[in-house]
Amino acid sequence: MADATATLDLADRTREADQPHSLVVCFPANKPLRLDAGVDFSPLQIAYQTYGKLNAARTNAVLVCHALTGDQHVFNAHPVTGKPGWWETMVGPGMPIDTERYFVICPNVVGGCMGSSGPASTNAATGMPWGLDFPVITVRDMVRAQAMLLDHLGIDSLFAVAGGSMGAMQVLQWAASYPERVFAALPIAGATRHSAQNIAFNEVGRQAVMADPEWHGGRYFAKGTNPRRGLAVARMSAHITYLSDAALHRKFGRRFQDRDNPTFSFDADFQVESYLRHQGITFVERFDANSYLYLTRAMDYFDLAGDYDGVVANGFRNTPTRFCVVSFTSDWLFPTVESRAIVHALNAAAARVSFAEITTDKGHDAFLLDEPELFAITRGFLDGAAKARGL
Amino acid sequence: MLSRLKHDLTMAEAARGPSGSRVDLLVVADMVERGARVLDVGCGDGELLRLLETRGVDGRGIELSREGVNECVAKGLAVVQGDADADLANYPNDAFDFVILSQTLQATRQPRVVLEHMLRIGSHGIVSFPNFGHWKIRLQLFFGGHMPRTDNLPYAWWETPNIHFCSIKDFRELSNAVGARMEQAVALNAWGSRMRLKMPWWFWNLFGEQAVFLLSRRG
Repeated sequence: MADATATLDLADRTREADQPHSLVVCFPANKPLRLDAGVDFSPLQIAYQTYGKLNAARTNAVLVCHALTGDQHVFNAHPVTGKPGWWETMVGPGMPIDTERYFVICPNVVGGCMGSSGPASTNAATGMPWGLDFPVITVRDMVRAQAMLLDHLGIDSLFAVAGGSMGAMQVLQWAASYPERVFAALPIAGATRHSAQNIAFNEVGRQAVMADPEWHGGRYFAKGTNPRRGLAVARMSAHITYLSDAALHRKFGRRFQDRDNPTFSFDADFQVESYLRHQGITFVERFDANSYLYLTRAMDYFDLAGDYDGVVANGFRNTPTRFCVVSFTSDWLFPTVESRAIVHALNAAAARVSFAEITTDKGHDAFLLDEPELFAITRGFLDGAAKARGL
Repeated sequence: MLSRLKHDLTMAEAARGPSGSRVDLLVVADMVERGARVLDVGCGDGELLRLLETRGVDGRGIELSREGVNECVAKGLAVVQGDADADLANYPNDAFDFVILSQTLQATRQPRVVLEHMLRIGSHGIVSFPNFGHWKIRLQLFFGGHMPRTDNLPYAWWETPNIHFCSIKDFRELSNAVGARMEQAVALNAWGSRMRLKMPWWFWNLFGEQAVFLLSRRG
């Protein structure tokens, strides 16, 4: 497995960041992205995928926002890994987010590494990847960039914005920043702010990357190296937080991997170890280490209340958007209490909101998996909203 | 728990009108003005919200049971998983025209607080409940010497979700205590039809099996 990933050289990686297998829009210097960090960033590139057809009235667009390690490849084979799209359970013809009814757009977030401007993109001034010279970005910056994309596509108002985890943060930011542009919002397994525990987990991941000698202060492209081990460890520790104790026990228990007895060594004796190592190794094949630093930072900085005098509800006053908030019982990364806080804020703003907690042992990752109740709820919510919008 | 109660009411072959809707829900729905903003507290599987939707009402719901909520949301209704006792406090003043407690009040821990929130959140409140002063119930307690069980109240005392029973007379007392104005009162008899005759309160309290009250904030 390690050999296969090693064959992907750095040039290939920057190729996907600069010339992705996606639709691309470039905003020149006279249309910069104004960042929360106080910088006007340009030129800005946004890579995106679309599925389905935009109707004549331009009212059926659904924006899908991806999570930390996701990308724009929602419903097509991944150009690097060849694996199926990350939300094929949810998006597609006849699926809850039905591409026969809706025009689905998924952009790679700013700061990502799959074609939207990020630390792995080439800085035209130096001819080298930006690395840590890339400005620090926030969830609000991601959403601003997406709004620029929609302007470019001539879509004034979205029928819906949907996403899980960091995607849910973007959904909430959309509804707060551009209420008149969002008819329906579906934040799944999200929160109005990143918790101290989650910032702590992210910091462990970043430290793992930065502790890898191949990271070279973020200048690994110039050095011809890649902090694979650090990024793999970051992924392994993060992956644990996406699951649950019950799911790990169900899938692996204390079972040994391809052996009947312990080896009395530090090999991956246990199936769960082998699984995590595999997760780490396959992740570094498709993801940029610096990008991981930037995106986890963006999540850490997310705090809607901070933008609205400490009161989340102020961000949603008189909102015309209808919301459907979903959480999962075994999610301990974005537990139900966080979703309930979203709901309380929306109630306080007298918004139209549905909230369902789904019983599952699959943890945070449940939003990506086969959860029939999630599909039924999404379908019902979107059907009701479509009726109200006359779609 | 609330949805379990609703479920049993439905199972108990509650009387249905010509449209197939439960009569107690029709009585409630008739009190709601067209186009009003409504919060249904303890909305169960969403039957009342759906009925209201057909009448052009902007309805929202709160329901305790996850199954009830997920069923409602899958039907496209705006329902949140929550608890009348805990979650009404999050709603702002005057957010709704009508707040409805349909067969819910007797299952709350603090009926008075819930009723006060109801009149704070909505300019009107509609409350329907099983009348514990009904003669059948009185007879069971008097002659049987045990906690009453009826089609509408099928639970044994140790497993009932209904922890705060009241009679029509009791409810009037609470309404006065929280300063509510009684706009309308309807009692349903054992067959689920409206008792239309103008009767004194003691008569309703004895023969009304269910009661529906429309309240408003005084002053």
